[in-house]
Amino acid sequence: MARRKPFRWHIGVFLAPAVLVYTAIMIIPLFGTLNLSLFNLEGQNRIFVGLANFATLFGDPRWSDAFWNALGNNCWFFIIHMIVQNPIGILLAALLSSPRLRMAAFYRTAIFIPTILSFVIVGFVWKLILSPIWGIAPGMLDAVGLKFLFAPWLGKEEYALTTLALISVWQFVGIPMMLIYAALLSIPDDVIEAAEMDGLTGWAQFWKIKLPLILPSIGIISILTFVGNFNAFDLIYVAQGALAGPDFSTDILGTFLYRTFFGFQLQLGDPYMGSAIATAMFGIILVGVCIYLFGIQTRLRRYQF
Amino acid sequence: MTKTFRFALLASTLLGGAASAQDVTLTIESWRNDDLTIWQDTIIPAFEAANPGIKVVFAPTAPAEYNAALNSKLAAGSAGDLITCRPFDASLELYNQGHLADLTGLAAMANFSPVAKSAWQTDDGAATFCVPMASVIHGFIYNKDAFDALGIAVPTTRDEFFAALDKIKADGTYIPMAMGTNDQWEAATMGYNNIGPNYWKGEEGRLALIKGEQKLTDAPWVAPFEELARWKDYLGDGFEAQTYPDSQNLFTLGRAAIYPAGSWEIAGFNAQAGFAMGAFPPPVAAAGDTCYISDHTDIAIGMNAKSPNAEAAKTFLEWVGSAEFAAMYANALPGFFSLNSTPVEMQDPLAQEFVSWRGKCQSTIRSTYQILSRGTPNLENETWNASANVIRGSEAPADAAKRLQDGLASWYEPQK
Repeated sequence: MARRKPFRWHIGVFLAPAVLVYTAIMIIPLFGTLNLSLFNLEGQNRIFVGLANFATLFGDPRWSDAFWNALGNNCWFFIIHMIVQNPIGILLAALLSSPRLRMAAFYRTAIFIPTILSFVIVGFVWKLILSPIWGIAPGMLDAVGLKFLFAPWLGKEEYALTTLALISVWQFVGIPMMLIYAALLSIPDDVIEAAEMDGLTGWAQFWKIKLPLILPSIGIISILTFVGNFNAFDLIYVAQGALAGPDFSTDILGTFLYRTFFGFQLQLGDPYMGSAIATAMFGIILVGVCIYLFGIQTRLRRYQF
Repeated sequence: MTKTFRFALLASTLLGGAASAQDVTLTIESWRNDDLTIWQDTIIPAFEAANPGIKVVFAPTAPAEYNAALNSKLAAGSAGDLITCRPFDASLELYNQGHLADLTGLAAMANFSPVAKSAWQTDDGAATFCVPMASVIHGFIYNKDAFDALGIAVPTTRDEFFAALDKIKADGTYIPMAMGTNDQWEAATMGYNNIGPNYWKGEEGRLALIKGEQKLTDAPWVAPFEELARWKDYLGDGFEAQTYPDSQNLFTLGRAAIYPAGSWEIAGFNAQAGFAMGAFPPPVAAAGDTCYISDHTDIAIGMNAKSPNAEAAKTFLEWVGSAEFAAMYANALPGFFSLNSTPVEMQDPLAQEFVSWRGKCQSTIRSTYQILSRGTPNLENETWNASANVIRGSEAPADAAKRLQDGLASWYEPQK
């Protein structure tokens, strides 16, 4: 008769630090927030109100207009990232991995540097660049005879959000570039050689051989972009302030949450409605991630080398 | 860091610790980080000299973070002994939560008029919880050299005001008016609430609004928006993306002729501008009309109810309520006008000009601050947005007024 396997304590011991820290600073606050969204103040007492906060958020036209406006802006913010940041990131990675490119390390570093800058620096630098008064953007456009194209982009309702999204793209394009670059480098040479033997070179080789092999990485980048964009807050706050002007055209869920939770100027903070918004954001991100995990990732074909 | 410097730091910490063992140290929470040197070099030494045994530390936070930081500190019990008070509801809420002590019994309270105290009282006026320090006055600061060069007289009526703006614009040397809509609050504070009191007749209109006898859609409340809509043509290129510091710099660099201002700008402008400046109150409709100015009770100081040094804190507050403090504060910070009933002699000519309007015009406070910004949507914050929209031309004055009225009526009983 075989001896019973001894209980493997070391698994628990090695998992404990991560589990404890993660629980303390992520799981407990998350459930605290979800819990708080079910309460509200009546006079000075905190009472359980069930889903009443959500009824206000989605039922009261003032709250729901602000919420849908923020969600719509957030979607546009995400779309710009998906159609500008990620294709450019892939293109840059493809160029960087080209063996004929000289000074690849320099370009790689230069393009990645904005990513490690603080949002505050990026926000202020771009505000200055685009400033109609002191900025270099009007002067540079003037130098090439395109001054008429200049507008105070950050101050116009129709352009402000797109401008901010493009600033964010500029800052973060290094991340998809690096991930795709790593994926391209991990494609074995024999696969490429086999393709060349079959007569596939250049762009045809990229589309038919490399792209399918890096699709899982593109999937990961998309989901990182999605989560990052729907949690975004800093850049808008730094560039446009908590009121996300002009006329709330740059208001995204993060700034809407901030204004509600912490209050702004004469508006006192409302942690209960704030938690309701945070819960809604959590739900949106959860649904998005689930669609990706179950709808897309399971269908991605993986290739074993 | 050199070794000696480290030792000096260490020694000062130790000595400081030893000193505080005998003395009481009071810490002041404030958002006025611009005033740090004035407190450290002028105000605190004067108090400490007169009151041996009490040390005072001025510990300011950045203005935008002050309310949130203070609330957290008070909730955690780590706030300082003395709390600089924002006017009206922000401080009233702190008092209701038991964070600010009732100071009604303070002898120095007798030195302040009811209007001065109204910003830091319960609605019934029964309890006062902060000692008023200063108010700020709104108006327009202008570039005197520019006005002289173009031969423009200081405008007193609205027609003269717009004629002057037209003349500056036609000349082209100067941007007629330095203001942007990027940060939104200038449009409301230095725009709507600056020119508005002339239309709604100051306190008369403000109180009628609170009582529900007037509505924001009434002519006196829409007219300021109509005037703001006309400002658009006189602002600089790209004013939509112009921030508050941009506007300040445009004016002090001498590129703009008129700056819609609050008196708190005086000290900074005196330091920055290389030209002569003057100021005029918001122009009235016809010569000889009564003028109204926004003389906004802005800053006061109260006591943390849980302060272990209550006696020392009260001594300090009595001193803040004295005429001596009023004279010192008003002169150290021109543009922050004392609320003390004792008249204060000020040296700064621009500050004298601003405060002289108190004699010829009727004073009022910003219309949105008392009671009306208690609910959601918040009237003050909505007014920022509406004023900026109106100046940019993306919302018609009547529509903006209607939106504000609907928002207010949605939660404020007398307006329903």
